[in-house]
Amino acid sequence: MPTRSRDEPLDLLQGTLDLLILRTLIVEPQHGHAIARAIKQTSEHELLVEHGALYPALQRLEARGWIAGKWGVSSNNRRARFYSLTAAGRKQLVRQTNRWKRLADAIARVLDAHPIEG
Amino acid sequence: MFRRRPDADFAAEIESHLAFEIERLQDEGLGADEARAAAHRAFGNVMLRREQCYERGRWMWWERIVHDARYAVRTWRNAPGLALVSVLTIALGIGATTAIFSVVDATLLHPLPYPRAEALVSIVDDLPGAGSYDVGLSQPEWLDLQQSGIFENVALAWFDENNLTGASRPAQVRLMSVTPNYFAVLGVAPQIGRGFPADDRSPGYLLEVVISDGLWKRDFGADPHVLGRSIRLDTDLYRIVGVMPPGFHAPGRTLEERDVDVWAATNFYGPPLSYQPPRRVRNIPGAIARLPPGLSDSAAQHQIDALVANLRRQYPDDYPSRSAWAVRLVPLQNTVVGDVRPSLILMLCAVGLVLVIGCVNIANLLLARASARRREFAIREAIGAGRGRLLRQLLTESVCLSTVGGAVGVVVLFLGRAWLVRLVPTSLPRLRDVTLNWNVLLFAAAITLLSGLIFGLAPAVDAGRRDLRSGSAPYRHARTRSLLVAAEIALSLVLMVAAGLLLRSFVDLLNARLGFDPTAVTTVRTRLPYPNDTSIDKYPTIGREAPFLREVLRQLRALPDVNAAAIGSSSAIPLDHAHRDMNVMPLLVEGRGTDAAQAPIVDGSAVTPEYFSLLGMALLRGRLFTDLDAEATPAVAVVNEAMARAFWPDADPIGARVKLSASAAAAWTTIVGIVGDARTETLAHSDVPQIYASAYQKTAKHLAIFLRGPADTAETGDRVREIVQRIDPTLPVFGAQPLPDTIEASVAGRRFAIQIVAVFGLTALLLCALGIYGVMSYAVAAQAQEIGVRLALGAPRRHILAAVMGRGLALTTAGTIAGLLFAGIVARLMAALLYGIRPLDPLTFTAVTIVLLGVALLACFMPARRAMRIDPTTALRCE
Repeated sequence: MPTRSRDEPLDLLQGTLDLLILRTLIVEPQHGHAIARAIKQTSEHELLVEHGALYPALQRLEARGWIAGKWGVSSNNRRARFYSLTAAGRKQLVRQTNRWKRLADAIARVLDAHPIEG
Repeated sequence: MFRRRPDADFAAEIESHLAFEIERLQDEGLGADEARAAAHRAFGNVMLRREQCYERGRWMWWERIVHDARYAVRTWRNAPGLALVSVLTIALGIGATTAIFSVVDATLLHPLPYPRAEALVSIVDDLPGAGSYDVGLSQPEWLDLQQSGIFENVALAWFDENNLTGASRPAQVRLMSVTPNYFAVLGVAPQIGRGFPADDRSPGYLLEVVISDGLWKRDFGADPHVLGRSIRLDTDLYRIVGVMPPGFHAPGRTLEERDVDVWAATNFYGPPLSYQPPRRVRNIPGAIARLPPGLSDSAAQHQIDALVANLRRQYPDDYPSRSAWAVRLVPLQNTVVGDVRPSLILMLCAVGLVLVIGCVNIANLLLARASARRREFAIREAIGAGRGRLLRQLLTESVCLSTVGGAVGVVVLFLGRAWLVRLVPTSLPRLRDVTLNWNVLLFAAAITLLSGLIFGLAPAVDAGRRDLRSGSAPYRHARTRSLLVAAEIALSLVLMVAAGLLLRSFVDLLNARLGFDPTAVTTVRTRLPYPNDTSIDKYPTIGREAPFLREVLRQLRALPDVNAAAIGSSSAIPLDHAHRDMNVMPLLVEGRGTDAAQAPIVDGSAVTPEYFSLLGMALLRGRLFTDLDAEATPAVAVVNEAMARAFWPDADPIGARVKLSASAAAAWTTIVGIVGDARTETLAHSDVPQIYASAYQKTAKHLAIFLRGPADTAETGDRVREIVQRIDPTLPVFGAQPLPDTIEASVAGRRFAIQIVAVFGLTALLLCALGIYGVMSYAVAAQAQEIGVRLALGAPRRHILAAVMGRGLALTTAGTIAGLLFAGIVARLMAALLYGIRPLDPLTFTAVTIVLLGVALLACFMPARRAMRIDPTTALRCE
């Protein structure tokens, strides 16, 4: 059982999981377990993906044609379903990333405008 | 494209994920079991995720329906008896309803088969002030209508029969004399050749005719070079210029008027008619017209009313204000199908009631089954099925049932359609158009779905409302079921009362004293030509016709099996309605005005002296015709009692003088005798005024030969043809028919409607009995223990019987009272279809109630007897 860090890991905001999955796949095709682990590691253990929620999300993305799934064999010789980013998925990733950055900047500006008291 | 992944594939992916995680955790140093548990914990509910994946992108409602349907089929397989009964009931209901609807669809709902048929109207002239309706119109009136600008076109049509010569042997054809714009009004062009020049206004008849596809194939071997060929109609020579397409029928009121063989064109002035037809002589029976696009019937009627008011001011002599001349527009469809509309609607209502009763019955069976399935529903609800889900399951089950039933019904109907159509009397207008088209199938599908929902609703609502823990459900069940059965009884009673009333009127009709004796009488028809060119008329006067009649009669009497022979105009054939316009004549009574146009129209015939004795019509006073009443002697007539009463209420008609002609110059005819009233016009009434002239004194072109004695109709027809054509080889001889068949044909439509309603009434009664039996049996079974206890405590068995019977009786009484009230309303609505009885006929109502009560009590008695025979020890041991 992974020991929890002192700071509770962050719950993912609605809709952000899709973005993270797409971002993870930009490097190379990955299977579900590797995607979850990659998100966790890249975020330096701040973001914790609930494994069960990952698969419906993958289904959803595949249904929209942003990623494509294919059965393959992993480096340790285990059968797994690998997902790769499609052209549409790439476009979507750019769109979503821009949106997300604008949103984050805007929120940051609002939060910074008034110094938090106490 | 994205394809749905099978559930197994998704499961494999999750398994693969778990394997990765377990491996990772083991690498971190956990034991195998510990790692597996941790991986599963991290993943969460595997089943839920699989379900989520499965539901993605699927039409879940459809999946659920398919699933429910599959489940429904399985449950029905467990109750095959119930399923079979329900499917058969619903198949009967849907099949019968669809069958009747297909007739209604073809007859009442489908527009007539002409382009823009909704703009077609018939023009009907009435003289309400004189009590005369549909009196026909005159040629000047037609010109006024045509030139009024209200219509695109107005065409006159005059149905007649003609003798066609020039084909293999003389034939009688159905001819329609029409104005040249007739086909333009209907908007139909010939398949080969052309129609008439619509703007032709020349006098007399055009020398060209258009023939029907039927005649073309029958008499001309579908010869493509038929155009330009000459034919003789009533010895006049015509040239064929067009052949109408197959399936084209004239918009007539009777079968004969719709099956026209030949159309001839005239503007209804000039030979053989007058060059200046008088406005007051309304000798043309009917007109049809096409309204311009966008003009409604009511707007057109307004314009017509204004036109009529104008004409009445302009020609006060022709339109005396007391006769109140008026012109009515009637949608052409109503003219064609008008008579059968009430019967068809009645049949549709009757069959619809049977369907509803069937549904109620099935609802009852399902309710009983729902009681038995309480455990199943409780379990399903306990493990998490929502009530909505259970409701949907029950409705799916019932709709499955109705769908199978509906499909069976429609398939049987489809297979048996040819046989079924043969049961329908041929007089039904547009019978040929009856098909199982998409309209009808859509209707069948709709009522199938609807009935499934109806009979599934009661059990479904009941199941949805049920409190799982409460023990009171069976009692509420019983109440719902009793209510349903009471409703069923009420509906059945309504249907049976309707059937009873119709049946009683019909029996009265058949048993009515005819006033003549049709047994062993055969009629054969012939027709003398009536050429437009009078110079080639072989029978221009009675002086030429009478010798022909005498010679035919002389030879007929020599036939071995003929006991008596007579000749009359075809209108003298009792209850023969082929030609309703041909047997009327104006009646001018001496000393009561001389204007033939204002004279009352009466039914009249010309007959030879033997006619009355041959048909057994009784002479009341005066004398009948003799052979001495001939061409040269003063004209004489015989009237019936109704005529005597109507025209000479206070005086003796014998010796009175009348004129049976529109011409004031006609000779006086003296009334010499009164015969008893007979139902020769319609079976429903005996008091229709009739006047008979002597066939040796008044010409008649459509002739009927009456023979008493011969048994073989076909052979008789051949012999009569031989005799008639020996005397005049150009005359057609046709229509040999036993008189009883003619009478039967006159009530065929009515008989059909009654058979349908009676069959449905009996079906309703049977369903009703089954319903009562089912409910009472169930009640007895449910109370077996209670009854056992009561018996064990010493209750007399007859008390048990009385209790059960009492309950059944209460149910039946409630249903009967509701049904009687409802039936009272329905009976009033169908008053127009009844004859000789009042709508609230006490005998019918009483008889139907007694029959229904009797059947209901019998249906109660069997379960009640079972209750009485319950063995207390057995019943108690079941506890």
